[in-house]
Amino acid sequence: MTLLAENPTPATRAVEAPVKTKRIALVAAKGTLDQAYPPFILATTAASLGWEAGIYFTFYGLDIIHKKRSRRLKVASLANPSGPVQLPNLLGAIPGATAAATAVMNKWMRDAKMPPISEFVEMAQGLGVKFFACSTSMGVMGVKETDLIDGCLIAGAAAFLDYAATAEVQLFI
Amino acid sequence: MSDAITFDERLDTSGLLCPLPVYKAGLVLGRLEAGKVLHLITTDPGSLEDIPALARQRGDELLDVEDRGATQLFWLKKGPTERDGHK
Repeated sequence: MTLLAENPTPATRAVEAPVKTKRIALVAAKGTLDQAYPPFILATTAASLGWEAGIYFTFYGLDIIHKKRSRRLKVASLANPSGPVQLPNLLGAIPGATAAATAVMNKWMRDAKMPPISEFVEMAQGLGVKFFACSTSMGVMGVKETDLIDGCLIAGAAAFLDYAATAEVQLFI
Repeated sequence: MSDAITFDERLDTSGLLCPLPVYKAGLVLGRLEAGKVLHLITTDPGSLEDIPALARQRGDELLDVEDRGATQLFWLKKGPTERDGHK
């Protein structure tokens, strides 16, 4: 089989049948600055491709959609050998090391013209990306609905799985 | 010659990295009418794979690509937008 035969051109496909809308279901479970980016990069890309996209924010991932905490996402300076500030763990634990690592990453992003997370949130919502807030995490961590940005659907695992069941792509980040 | 392709809109994403060229191109393609052509300029080397993928997934037609080393040029023709919805 040639590559072309396996991947018919969009023009050919469009004539044969309407294109089915694909879906991506993402789980954002981490609340560090570096780990906040991948779900938004993937979700905004998927929506740009014409897909439906949904992100389930759970455990520390809830911080990303927390009005106050989302402004203070940090990069770990400890036990993060690939982090922006290369420090031995002993020094990574000193006060200010986490702030320094975070400042370096924010500068990397600014210099590369990458939007801050707050802007990615707006981009994603503008494209219709669905935000699920894990109700269990909210209960466990004492997060109230009013603590979260507007437009989040508070739901448990069943609701997310119902959404993810028909998604062509499901990723846990 | 690619330069001979007429286009309806031009988008320069020079200096921007993934996902921004795809995001910005997607916004323009979303509002263009079927059959209209977008001329896209990128500098993210990943675009050589990403923009054909964008066209394939959206159902648009990639008329031409020109890799000029530091810059990549694309001509995308907006395809029909009918989708049968998610089942």
